[in-house]
Amino acid sequence: MIFARNVPGMTEVLKRATVGIAGCGGLGSNAAMLLTRAGVGRLVLVDFDKVEESNLNRQYFFRSDIGAPKVSALAAHLRAINPTVMLDLHETMLSRETAAATFAECDILIEAFDRAEAKEWLIEAWCASHPDRPIIGASGIGGYGRSEVMTVRQAGNIHMIGDGISDMVMGLCAARVMLAAALQANKAIELLMQKSEGRP
Amino acid sequence: MILVNNRDKLDWRAGMTVRDILSMMGYSYKLITVTVNGTLVPKEEHDTFAVPDGAEVTVFHLSHGG
Repeated sequence: MIFARNVPGMTEVLKRATVGIAGCGGLGSNAAMLLTRAGVGRLVLVDFDKVEESNLNRQYFFRSDIGAPKVSALAAHLRAINPTVMLDLHETMLSRETAAATFAECDILIEAFDRAEAKEWLIEAWCASHPDRPIIGASGIGGYGRSEVMTVRQAGNIHMIGDGISDMVMGLCAARVMLAAALQANKAIELLMQKSEGRP
Repeated sequence: MILVNNRDKLDWRAGMTVRDILSMMGYSYKLITVTVNGTLVPKEEHDTFAVPDGAEVTVFHLSHGG
């Protein structure tokens, strides 16, 4: 039983949950892996890109994935962890116009884009279309070390992970990117559990 | 009084906009998400959205990387 060591009560709640993941790169692929291991029942994965060798320093892919669409490569890895996880795969470039419909059935959205411009419009689009549902973004995940400045901030239904300053021009390191992805996944699990318990 | 990022306090004045608050705080970041009392204020409204007295304003700077 894959979830035998889960926190009591968690498996039943997460099995009924749907989490959207916008972007399957360093943040999204690792968050998807963590949520699958946690037992989230359904994931909506969106990415237009294919796996490149330079992704392997931080993303949840392997050499044999190079050249494959990220969503399908990731789906294979997630099903290898839990064959019962339900996956909606969208190999497409999201836009401000398509985001709301693509993630319409999601309880929570994880913003896992690379470009800050895209983070900005996705947060705006989600808050406009689904103001009552949380979005968990990340900003400031560049460089290495400085774990102590990685924070989880909240305003309304917007949750933001990261140091809020560092940028990918500093370079991206698996340990720090995965730290941010883990904080996103952990926050998603926390919010889903709170919702199931009727807590705000 | 306006509370910014749960830390900085600004004196409120009538007609104060999100743009005014960003300017007073010295924020020059181009890519940001701003909420007033937990509700997102779209970018195109930053120049016109009047922030009420006692508001809690949160500014998230968005940087590249994912």
